[in-house]
Amino acid sequence: MKNKIKVLRAQNELTQAQLANKLAVSRQTINAIEKGKFDPSLPLAFRISKLFGRTIEEIFEEE
Amino acid sequence: MKTELDNWEKNCEKNTLNLALWTGSWVVTMAIASFGPKFIWQENSTITLIGIIINLVIGIGLIFANKKYLNTLDELQRKIHLEAMSLSLGVAVIFGLSYSLLDTTNLITYDAEISHLVILIGLTYLAGTIIGNLRYR
Repeated sequence: MKNKIKVLRAQNELTQAQLANKLAVSRQTINAIEKGKFDPSLPLAFRISKLFGRTIEEIFEEE
Repeated sequence: MKTELDNWEKNCEKNTLNLALWTGSWVVTMAIASFGPKFIWQENSTITLIGIIINLVIGIGLIFANKKYLNTLDELQRKIHLEAMSLSLGVAVIFGLSYSLLDTTNLITYDAEISHLVILIGLTYLAGTIIGNLRYR
């Protein structure tokens, strides 16, 4: 699954560690999601969408 | 969100330390129960039984501490541990039974000890978590 987390993170001037802190996950998890190596669960996807003020569809896209 | 983060980080640290303490206690009581009869209390059966029971009770505590630790991890970390556990379980069953067969059919000259299997499980689990962490790095 593709996603725009890296772009949104850059727009919000957040590091991976800062985003991880805000989402209560490890930095490794943010990195793996950004690289498309790991798909987040629905609850985490909702937390990400809420944090960036976007819908899940705006952030995640099926490949 | 900040409170949730603080709680998550604190819980991670707390449960990791908790697991380390239970593991350390279990290893120490296992060593005492193993070597005590010969080197400390000269084969006294009652003390040996007490030593084994203490080790067993602490072992049960270790199981729950491990479960609690896994529940604190985030979803990727849990996935890595799950994959490592499935690998170590598979290796333990397949290689353990083959190893036992080698013993019962006398194809090896020494006894197949349970400790060999425990070492294999530990090393496989360790390798599984390292591979998982490298894969999702």
